[in-house]
Amino acid sequence: MEPLVHTAPYIGYVYPNETVIPWTMLIVVYPYLTGLVAGAFTVSSLYHVFGLERFKPVGRFALLTALAFMIFVPAPLLLHLGHPERAFNPVWTPHWTSAIAVFGYAAGFYVILLILEVWFMYRPYLVQQAQQRPGILGRLCHVAALGSNDLSEKAMRYDEKWIFALAVTGIPAAHGLHGYVGFVFGSLKSREWWSSDLMPVVFLFSAIISGVALLIVLYVLSCKLRKVPVDLPCVKGLAYVLWGFAMFTLVLEGLEFANIVYKGREGIEIILEYVTGRLIIPFFVLQFALGAVTPLALLTYMIWKGTTGKALIAGVTTCALLVLFSVWMMRWNVVIGGQEIAKTAKGILEYQIVVLHREGLVTAVSVAVAPLALLWFMTRLLPPWVETATWQVAKPRTGDRRAVDRRNA
Amino acid sequence: MTNPSDPSGKARREFLRRLGGAAVACTGTLTVAGTLGVMKDAPAKEAPPSGAGSFPTKDYDWTKHRWAFGVDATKCIGCLRCVEACKKENDVPPDAHHFNTWVERYVYLEGEDKPRIDSQHDPVNIEASGSEREYRFANRYAGAKVDKAFFVPKLCNQCSNPPCVQVCPTGATYKTKDRVVLIDQKYCIGCQYCVQACPYGARWFNAKKGVSQKCYWCYHRITKGLQPACVEACPVGARIFGDRNDRQSPIKIFMRNNKYRVQVLRPETGNEPNVFYVGLDSEVA
Repeated sequence: MEPLVHTAPYIGYVYPNETVIPWTMLIVVYPYLTGLVAGAFTVSSLYHVFGLERFKPVGRFALLTALAFMIFVPAPLLLHLGHPERAFNPVWTPHWTSAIAVFGYAAGFYVILLILEVWFMYRPYLVQQAQQRPGILGRLCHVAALGSNDLSEKAMRYDEKWIFALAVTGIPAAHGLHGYVGFVFGSLKSREWWSSDLMPVVFLFSAIISGVALLIVLYVLSCKLRKVPVDLPCVKGLAYVLWGFAMFTLVLEGLEFANIVYKGREGIEIILEYVTGRLIIPFFVLQFALGAVTPLALLTYMIWKGTTGKALIAGVTTCALLVLFSVWMMRWNVVIGGQEIAKTAKGILEYQIVVLHREGLVTAVSVAVAPLALLWFMTRLLPPWVETATWQVAKPRTGDRRAVDRRNA
Repeated sequence: MTNPSDPSGKARREFLRRLGGAAVACTGTLTVAGTLGVMKDAPAKEAPPSGAGSFPTKDYDWTKHRWAFGVDATKCIGCLRCVEACKKENDVPPDAHHFNTWVERYVYLEGEDKPRIDSQHDPVNIEASGSEREYRFANRYAGAKVDKAFFVPKLCNQCSNPPCVQVCPTGATYKTKDRVVLIDQKYCIGCQYCVQACPYGARWFNAKKGVSQKCYWCYHRITKGLQPACVEACPVGARIFGDRNDRQSPIKIFMRNNKYRVQVLRPETGNEPNVFYVGLDSEVA
């Protein structure tokens, strides 16, 4: 039978209770998912709020991506809790000095916001489908429209106001939700590896690049699957966003590490022993060199050379995949790495990956991949692609209208 | 070590049940008020709910006590009876990875600046005892020239500013008025944030029960006038326990006698521990 607890071997001296590592790889998946949500929402906002036309091909898809991933954000937490049936205790009786107490409210608010925004965006489609489709699907669309069948220009203007307001509200909500995850780690004074004021900011920026990278990969993949040409200005725009935020992330992560080393507080010897020993591959090689510096260099080269066409798509997609990997490694190195450095500052533990366990590899991978399945299903029900959106009411969207206004001005 | 008058621990469970019941009676609010988690907000001082001027039970008033713990590292012989007593008394899993209390051994060998540190959970020591259920320190430095060596018993510091309480999202873990940090096992969600937040490694996760656990100075005993199991088991008086409100209590005498030598662990954290040590050197954290 699978043992209840898995213990970690160690070197040096560690407190006896530390030999069971509390937060497993599910807690790596959790900030990874919230990060993807925040990043995807950022792209969606670039179009819906800031009216950046070049992101129109992924504007709606970004929102669906954010929703699909957000729905699964609580999953790793629920699987990790000793008493998942008590998961709502922090909501009923929040203990406000705890960062985690905020999660239920923040996540709940954000999910509702996403659902509302998606509903407003797809209301015309639902109304149209309810009229056109026979059978159960048509009836489902009719129910989903919630009796709001008015597609007049006035009604559409009203919808757009809502979409704009929700998209604006969603920016601080998405980023707040992820910045908070950084605070969960950064605010703890018990672990030198986590205890950093920069942690929430680092989490936030890495979140944005992971979400942008995910959208690049999924958009290019979807174009291949749908056998439609990839919109080059869109991909190039996403590459610019990725480049900018990736540069910030790299600088911030570098500063954070430099701070730990430069301050050289108690425990620095063991941290240095750890990062120059076991962490050299996952931290310096995989997270920094391969996942951060390489895509930045490649993107810089492509922007400088004005690369276009298939080479641009292949290059940007490769960079996006590397960034996705880098952010995963960053989450791993923070969550697992922080726990591998003993609180005694005199020992190093080694987290054991378990394959089949409630918090094991199979579970973690399943939770990480499940949002993709949901997203696929959602895109079947609610087509997000511009060229298939024949249901679009012939009238500029919020972003378009703003662009037109700017041009007229 | 089991309470001789209550080998099954029935009285303890009854006591805890009544503790929860008193909270309900006191607050009269939500159903969750039946948990210990709300008791910290109860109007204990002004309006004792259960008669006889006592709270949380009629036999015990937690506003009248200020418990504290002392450790005299110069006396500890590393026999580990305290660890075994605690495991039995508090139903701690009998293995080398879960402890409410443990003992660290610091050995300075000749010519070495840093001490060699181990505890009973070290594989060498477990091998020496022959079982994860029994604990002893292996005679691993028998052939070496030892400059200095000492033992340091460790346990929950029941901090005045406990970081574990700060991070608990539900309030399932809380500070009582008599200065002990308790965990309501019926309300804990098992997120283990408190385990992360404790810089002393005092908390551990009970996978079977799905909740966090730690030393609570045998609250079920001290509220009946008994000593914690580890204190009672210590053959050399290295563990001292008592009420700081009582001038004649062992802890008060210990603090008085060692006025300028008493230390706490990691004072820089601002946690303000309530376990006071004598005989540590700077390497102990």
